[in-house]
Amino acid sequence: MHELSVCLSLLEQVERIARENGAERVERILLRIGPLSGVEASLLANAYPLAAAGTVAEHAVLDIEAAPVRVGCDDCGAETEAAANRLLCGACGSHRTRLVSGDEMLLARLELHVPDVENPQSDPGSVGGDRLL
Amino acid sequence: MCETCGCNITPGNEHLVQADGKHARTADGRAAVEVLESLLGENDRQAQHNRYHFDSHGLLAVNLMSSPGAGKTSLLEATIEALGDELRIAVVEGDLETENDAERIRAKGVDAIQIATGSACHLDAHMVHDALHRLDLADVDILFIENVGNLVCPASFDLGQHRNITLLSVPEGDDKPAKYPVMFRAADLVLLTKSDLLQYLDDFDPQRAEGYLRNLASNAPFLRLSARGHGDGIAPWLDWLRAEVLEQRRRVERGETVHPDIQKEGAALHAGEGAHHRHHHAHGHDHEHGHGHGHGHGHG
Repeated sequence: MHELSVCLSLLEQVERIARENGAERVERILLRIGPLSGVEASLLANAYPLAAAGTVAEHAVLDIEAAPVRVGCDDCGAETEAAANRLLCGACGSHRTRLVSGDEMLLARLELHVPDVENPQSDPGSVGGDRLL
Repeated sequence: MCETCGCNITPGNEHLVQADGKHARTADGRAAVEVLESLLGENDRQAQHNRYHFDSHGLLAVNLMSSPGAGKTSLLEATIEALGDELRIAVVEGDLETENDAERIRAKGVDAIQIATGSACHLDAHMVHDALHRLDLADVDILFIENVGNLVCPASFDLGQHRNITLLSVPEGDDKPAKYPVMFRAADLVLLTKSDLLQYLDDFDPQRAEGYLRNLASNAPFLRLSARGHGDGIAPWLDWLRAEVLEQRRRVERGETVHPDIQKEGAALHAGEGAHHRHHHAHGHDHEHGHGHGHGHGHG
């Protein structure tokens, strides 16, 4: 039940990024979550409104993209889909695999309402590219 | 992990962040910012800072995780009895309530700080950091962090430890690694505890338990222990600890540090290191110290 902690941490990041970009409000938040991250997407979605109340992201739509569990094999080189509790190579059965995807817990993308970039072509300097990092 | 050093940037995602300095725009004109930060970025930054503290004192920090009642505190008591004259030990205890575990450790003559988490189901890096201020790390070779008994949440929070240990006790059943893959995948070492009960609970098959662990592509050693002074004893665990303490001292001499082998998304995101690697691992890089918890010290 640590999803509320994760949500509070997410909101801290969202508020910071919104502030850095001069956003009036956050319209949409996209997360990418894999089953091996230890975070349950539905619980996160339930906790979100509690954590977001009163913040710049209060009315944001929270979209959560599921990342598949995929492993790459050190023996045969295949990249295959796997179950969260069986991370063996789907091609040759080897244990010598690396997780390629499935443990992500990422804030992938934010969509912001930014009053002073209504017309970005005429004022490209108002939002620094360095902030994209 | 942190937007300042770009360590989340891989060949697979860098096109998203190397824009020409403008926001991307959505169809309806919103400004879109590609972020790609861990949701636990704040925790991870604090954990990095804790690890820096541990390394600057040359100590080994070990995170003990298991279900409640798997024998973490009993193992620590037996460990202190066995190694107390050889290595200097301190313990941070996490529980929802009570000082009971810290009192058990103090009764063995070792410093212990109890963190009462209230209703929180795990320790996080900030809680551990606060506890560190109540310990004299100068006199410590091994710091044990006994996490809240829970096979789910603690696996997601980096505390700054060098190694994760997960305990599996015989009464829990041998399929726990299959049921809780996130936790067991995070372990650098798995300890099968209460092995003296195997003779009574004969439906527990240690080989099957290890098989479920290997199904997680884990190479973690799987050691059978009994902390009660009969049966298997705890010698292999003590040997593992001695070797890790030496290894940590060597790392500190070389100015290096180590994370648990599986550090959440870190492993995957760092897989593309090389030409794109902008993360310098020296500590003290742009740590942000304004998270509302007072710091009485700076980086050395």
